[in-house]
Amino acid sequence: MYEEPPEGEVTIEEIERFALDRLRVLKGIEDAKVRGKKSAELQTIALELVSTHLKAGSREASRWKDAVSHFALRLAFCRTEDLRRWFLAQECELFRLRFRDELPSDQVAFIRQQKLGFQSLDSAEFEELRPLLVKVEQGIGNRDFAATLLQGNPSDAFFKVPFEQVPDLVAQRKVLLRKGWAYVSRYEIAHLVGGRFRAALSHSLNVTHRRWTSHLAADEADRLTPIVESLSSRYLGEDYDSSAGNREVVTAAQLPALARQSFPLCMQHMFNHVREQHHMQHQGRLQLGLFLKAIGLPLEEAMRFWRTEFAPRCPGDAFEKKYAYNVRYNYGKEGRKSDYTPYSCLKIISSQPGKDQAHGCPYKVWSAAQLSAALGAMRLPASAVHEAVTKAKGGHYQLACASAFEGAHQCDCDTGINHPNQYYDESRKALTAQHEQQQQQQQEGTAPGSGTKLPATPATQLRMPAKRPAPTGPASAPPKMSFQTS
Amino acid sequence: MAEAEDERAAKRQKEGEAEQADVDMPDAEAPAATADPPKQIPVQQLMRAYYGNIFPYQEMYEWLVYSNDSRHAQADSGFFQRREFCFTLDGDIFVRYQSFKDGAELHAALVRQVPAKIDIGPMYNVDPRRRNAYAGLENGFQPRQRELVFDIDLTDYDDVRTCGSGGHICSECWPFMAVAVQILDAALRDDFGFNHILWVFSGRRGIHAWVCDKRARELTDEQRGSIAAFLSVYKGQENGQAKILLSHHPSIDRAHGLLLPFWKEEILPRQKLLLDSAHWRSVLSFLPDQEIQHTLSSRWEAENARGIADEEACSRGRWQDVEDAVARVVNTKAVDKGLKFALQKGLKECVFAHVYPRLDVEVSKKRNHLLKAPLCVHPKTGKVCVPFAAVDAPTFDPDAVPTVSQLLDEFSAERSARQEHPGAAAMEKGEGWKHTSLASCMTVFVQSFLQPLCAAGREELGSKAREAAAQPSLAW
Ligand code: SF4
Ligand SMILES: [Zn+2]
Repeated sequence: MYEEPPEGEVTIEEIERFALDRLRVLKGIEDAKVRGKKSAELQTIALELVSTHLKAGSREASRWKDAVSHFALRLAFCRTEDLRRWFLAQECELFRLRFRDELPSDQVAFIRQQKLGFQSLDSAEFEELRPLLVKVEQGIGNRDFAATLLQGNPSDAFFKVPFEQVPDLVAQRKVLLRKGWAYVSRYEIAHLVGGRFRAALSHSLNVTHRRWTSHLAADEADRLTPIVESLSSRYLGEDYDSSAGNREVVTAAQLPALARQSFPLCMQHMFNHVREQHHMQHQGRLQLGLFLKAIGLPLEEAMRFWRTEFAPRCPGDAFEKKYAYNVRYNYGKEGRKSDYTPYSCLKIISSQPGKDQAHGCPYKVWSAAQLSAALGAMRLPASAVHEAVTKAKGGHYQLACASAFEGAHQCDCDTGINHPNQYYDESRKALTAQHEQQQQQQQEGTAPGSGTKLPATPATQLRMPAKRPAPTGPASAPPKMSFQTS
Repeated sequence: MAEAEDERAAKRQKEGEAEQADVDMPDAEAPAATADPPKQIPVQQLMRAYYGNIFPYQEMYEWLVYSNDSRHAQADSGFFQRREFCFTLDGDIFVRYQSFKDGAELHAALVRQVPAKIDIGPMYNVDPRRRNAYAGLENGFQPRQRELVFDIDLTDYDDVRTCGSGGHICSECWPFMAVAVQILDAALRDDFGFNHILWVFSGRRGIHAWVCDKRARELTDEQRGSIAAFLSVYKGQENGQAKILLSHHPSIDRAHGLLLPFWKEEILPRQKLLLDSAHWRSVLSFLPDQEIQHTLSSRWEAENARGIADEEACSRGRWQDVEDAVARVVNTKAVDKGLKFALQKGLKECVFAHVYPRLDVEVSKKRNHLLKAPLCVHPKTGKVCVPFAAVDAPTFDPDAVPTVSQLLDEFSAERSARQEHPGAAAMEKGEGWKHTSLASCMTVFVQSFLQPLCAAGREELGSKAREAAAQPSLAW
């Protein structure tokens, strides 16, 4: 469980190489999840990633590499809340997937060896609970296992633990709960162990963070620190905070055109909602406000936008009283004064808008009819509308969003959509490219072909440049604004 | 430190202002001036008298100190002092991170500052008033304990209640709350093993629950989130309809068993959901079969045209129609299995969509979420946020909840009665509530909540003491 850092000699270059390899694995797992891969498939992908990137010559060497890379990344990802959360999520997933791959007997042996102190049930308790346990197992689709439970008492079929230890299983109602005990089946041991792993790792990340800030960073200033700092900036997506550097400034006046061209459906909807209703609930103001901040709308322009839009229902003074604070808050000028980062798709999708609220992800919240109407209004080709609606119906909201993107921009989107600001950036880039191409064609005297298919953008792999890269792939220049109306 | 000083000075100043504002404030500026009947306008002005004479601060203290008072050798003496209180002063000024040494100090502050609302926050690792001094340190300033809390509000039922919406509450829609109490109380006790649950009327149109077991207070945010998810079935709106996520699980079965009779006997007749076509259409939309929807609709239309004599009987009869129609399809051999399954599922989902408790999960998920304290007064209605026992939820009458002015009348009546009889004993400080209609609510609070809680607390400290005694110690 990576309790002790590995002992032995290792070069700085090795650390960096190992860490990058592990980062590939973690990033690969995340991508697979974003693309909607489920357990079995996910497991195959993960194991493959591990064997390509983390295997070394011998069993010993592999273990060494595994440990070194884990600890190196721990250092790299301990430094901010967001980094820690990302690292924790991916490492836990990796751990679970690898653990599942072990034989059940090995799993039980591992549990014993780690002295995790899970209790088995005695036969009286098992008898009493049998019908309920069977019910739960049937409910989560473990029919064969449920059938064996009906027949007899397979030894070590269940462990019982305080429910606090298996929050995932509790949240999904995958365990029987009785008087504070959770009855975890042999098949879910991975969760149980995973929970411990998670708790331990989360704790060590916090400890590491404290050590790092208090002295390590300074001590290692010319050895580890540069590596550590560049490693974490290479992780997956940006977090799109406004400090993300060389973004062009967007003004309130440009918003309507930009919204039509480049906002994903969630943001378009909220934007229109504000403009029509002159009002928006708190959650919506946050979701839209932070998004606008991250596309480059400065505070003053944001103030102008909200004030103008709210004016019909909430003139001057009232606005200052009720909402100005909020707007400044988004920009880190009030409250805890932290520069809040815009919401990712995952976060938006997991929110539950009530009736009459405009936030959330439309692909999840809306009916098929509402969706088709809205996408139609965006002038997407019928095939794209159909594709998006079907995907949304199937619960693949981000894939639906990607289909809409492809329809709207007539180009592929094989990175998938995982952040509204990523959608926006990809969109600006695609439109700029199309615009330039058109101009070029005009100069050359050829008529612009309608629906020109652009070459596929390279999948967003690990981003290698050392400083925070432009959002799409290594080669792209910072996206330029272009406001041609198509 | 200097910063902390500044802040305290600023706060003192604010407090001073608020006090003044209260005294000088003309009636018309009381917060509820527009929305409520004139009788209740001066709520804010009655508040000082309420805090001074009636508010059961001693009982509040006994609750929140969790037996950590001087009576126990193993007690954590700073326990209560590390609890955050947040006062909302007149004019919507939030004064967060207040803390008090004990009940008397809390009482004094209430009388001095007269908050319109009191919120209770978490208990921290240090006294929240001194949080700035700890900001940069190893453990910083962090929440340590917090009751597991739930908040259910009738406004979240607007799409399924027909008697009113928004701030409305009446005896026709209270049953939604009553059943919510029963469902949650059962789950918290039987599934999660909690014992000390305090139910409180939120003063207007909802209820709060405070789960106070030590184990509940020590939950992490993640664990709280998992409990909230376990208990949530209503997942907002999806595809234009309430989205219900059921699973094949004993706790869902138990809930279904509690909900069904209640749905048939209380909600359907009282909310008249099957009496006119607009409402029955949304009920029927849970059954994925056009034919059933159509047959029932036209039958009911015809009945309506003839006129309904007994609405209650009619509601019951129509639900029976629904169940029969589904049963008929399910018992027909030729019908596709998928449809049978979908119909049965739809029937169940319909019940859950209408009556299963709709939690405001955000409130439960985070340790540092503030929640309005029991026994304070709702600034708009003047009603006291009274505790009640889960078993009494069905008979609880939100209209009969005592208001602050009523309590003060009762109190002054008692006081003048005593003044007229020179022999009568003076009222004990802090026991004013005993002479008002708050007394019966407080009996519930003390007997069914506080006493068992204190017993458990003492038990725990006792075993801590035994452990400590068993440890060989060289210190003596
Ligand atoms: S998938 Fe993401 S970007 Fe697209 S609509 Fe949903 S939340 Fe917005
Ligand atoms: Zn009502």
